[in-house]
Amino acid sequence: MGKTIAEKIFDAHRVNMPFPDTHVLKLDRVFCHEITTPIAITDLMARGMDRVFDPTKIKAVIDHVTPAKDSKTAEQGKILRDWAKRHGIKDFFDIGRNGVCHAIFPEKGFVRPGYTVIMGDSHTCTHGAFGAFAAGVGTTDLEVGILKGVCAFHFPKTLKFVLRGTLKPGVYAKDLILFLIKELTVNGATNMVIEFTGPVIDAMSMESRMTLCNMAIEAGGTCGICYPDMTTVEYLWEFIKDEFKTKEDALKEYTKWVSDEDASYEKVYEYDVTNLEPMVTFGYKPDQVKTVKEMSGSKIDQVYIGSCTNGRIEDLRIAASILKDKKISDDVRAVVSPATPAIYSLALKEGLIEIFQNAGFCVTNPTCGACLGMSNGVLAAGEVCASTTNRNFNGRMGKGGTVHLMSPATAAASALEGKITNSQLYKA
Amino acid sequence: MKQFSGKVLFLDRCDINTDEIIPAKYLTEITKEALKPYLLEDLSLTGFKNKEDVKDKAVIVTRANFGCGSSREHAPWALEVNGINVVIAENFARIFRQNMYNCGMFAIELPKDKIEYLFETYAGKDTSITIDIDNDKIVVTSSDQSEKIDFKVGEFDKTLVKEEGWVGYADKNY
Repeated sequence: MGKTIAEKIFDAHRVNMPFPDTHVLKLDRVFCHEITTPIAITDLMARGMDRVFDPTKIKAVIDHVTPAKDSKTAEQGKILRDWAKRHGIKDFFDIGRNGVCHAIFPEKGFVRPGYTVIMGDSHTCTHGAFGAFAAGVGTTDLEVGILKGVCAFHFPKTLKFVLRGTLKPGVYAKDLILFLIKELTVNGATNMVIEFTGPVIDAMSMESRMTLCNMAIEAGGTCGICYPDMTTVEYLWEFIKDEFKTKEDALKEYTKWVSDEDASYEKVYEYDVTNLEPMVTFGYKPDQVKTVKEMSGSKIDQVYIGSCTNGRIEDLRIAASILKDKKISDDVRAVVSPATPAIYSLALKEGLIEIFQNAGFCVTNPTCGACLGMSNGVLAAGEVCASTTNRNFNGRMGKGGTVHLMSPATAAASALEGKITNSQLYKA
Repeated sequence: MKQFSGKVLFLDRCDINTDEIIPAKYLTEITKEALKPYLLEDLSLTGFKNKEDVKDKAVIVTRANFGCGSSREHAPWALEVNGINVVIAENFARIFRQNMYNCGMFAIELPKDKIEYLFETYAGKDTSITIDIDNDKIVVTSSDQSEKIDFKVGEFDKTLVKEEGWVGYADKNY
C-alpha cells in the first residue's frame, strides 16, 4: 500500500510514539505572532524555562494589531520583540517590515516541501500549499514547539479532491474553496488533511493555492495540501538556487513529497469545476454558501480586501482591474490591506494603490486588522461587510455585524454597486 | 489534577466556534483571569444569557464540532477560569480538543445518540456530572435519577489530564 504525502512527512519527522496513535514530530518551523505567543513566553519564563530549541527555525511577526492600538497590544508586541532579541531570533518582523503571517512567511521562502510547520494560528494550514504539513495549534503546543521543537499529533486521515476542468473567467480559488466547504460542511474534514489535486490545481499560482489551503480549517481540516511542482520550485527559486544546480533538480527532490497513486484515502471527491459560479457566504458559518447570482443585490455597508486568504498581489491586481477608473458607491466605505510590505510596494509600483485610492478605498498598512474585528475596519452593530477574509462567524468583524465572504473580484464589483454584485458585469 | 465535577450547562447547538466562546477583542489580555467575564459572550443561542447561565457551572454538554474556528487557547482558559474543566460533545474541532487536554482539561466525545439522550433526559433539570477518571465513567445526577455512562479517552489524553498538561510532560520526555 502506498502512502499519502502526510504519511510520508510523518514518517520522516517522527521522534517517537509515546502512546497509541500519538505521533511526536520534529518541527522544521515554529511560527509566532503577537496574539498567541506572549502567553507562551510568559509561561515559559514563570516556569524558569525561557529557552528556544533553535532560533533559526523560529520566525516571528507582529501582525494582528499593528501599529499597536492601545497599551495592551503594545505590551503584546513588546513581549514578542524582547523575546526575539533575547534569543537571537533573527527573522523577527517588527513594524515597518511586518505583514500578515501566512503571507510574509511564504514570501520569505521559509516553507519548503516536506516541512512540518506549527503556529498558534488556525490558518497555518495555508502553508500546505507548498507540500508541507502545516497545522494550527494552541498556545501550549506552541510553547512546547518553541522549547523542544516537537509537537504531538494523532494521525490524520486524508481526503482527496481531484479537480478537473477550467475555472471560468471571474471564478477564482476563493469561489472554489467556498464551494468545497459547502460540500464538506464545517465539520466534514475534522482531524483530516485535505489534498487538492488535478488539472485545476496544476494550473494555479502559488497565491491561489494558498487561498485554497488557507480555508481548509473552515471545513475542520488539519491542513490543506497541494503537491509540489514546477510552480512551487519557481516560487521558491530565489531562496533555493544555491541548494540545487537546476530547477529540474529541485523538482526531482521535491516530488518526493507527493502521495503515491495507491495511497489510502478516507474519501476521494472528483469535481469538474468548469461550470462553477462565483460564490459568497450568508449566515454565520463558512459552509453557508450560495452563488453570487442568488445573493445579488444584497446590501452592504463596507468592503474589505485583504487578509491571509486574499491580500496577496494577485488579489490586488484582480480587484484593481475591476476598480480602474471607477468610483465606489456613495453608500459604502472600502478598505484594502495589502498583506505584506513587499506586496504593498509592488502594488504601488504597478499603480494599483492609485487605482484603489481614486476609487475611494482606504489603503491600510499590512495587518490582520478587521478580519477578526481587532482594528482597521471593525463593523458597527447591524452593519454588513463584503469581505475577502475567511470567517463569517457571529460578531467576527465586530459585535452585531455580518460578514459575507467572497473573492476579491466580487468584493471589488460589490464596492462599486454598494451591494453584492457579480464581477463579470465589469468585464464586458 | 483539576476538579471534574459539578453542575451542567447544556448548549443545544452544533458548531459553536471559539469566536463565540471568547471574542477576538479580548485576545489582547495577557492573563487568563482577565477573560472570566467574557465567556460565551457572542454565543448565538436563543434565550442564552452568558453571565447568568455560566455561573456555578462546571461541565458543558453540547452537540457536534464544539470549538471550531480560531486556534485560540483563550477558549479553554476562559472555561477554566470560570470553573468549567469538562466539555462533553459529539465531537470537537481538532485544535480546541488538543488545547483542552494540553491544559489538563477534559474534552469527552460521546456518540450522537448518547448526546441526544443526555439532552432529552437532563436538559432543563438541575443536573450534575462527575468524571470518574479511573473507571472511564461519566456519572450523571439530577433530582430524580442518577446513572453512569461509559466514555473512551486515549492514553495520551489521560496522561495529559493526570500530569495537568503538555508542557511538564514534554519537558520531562523530550
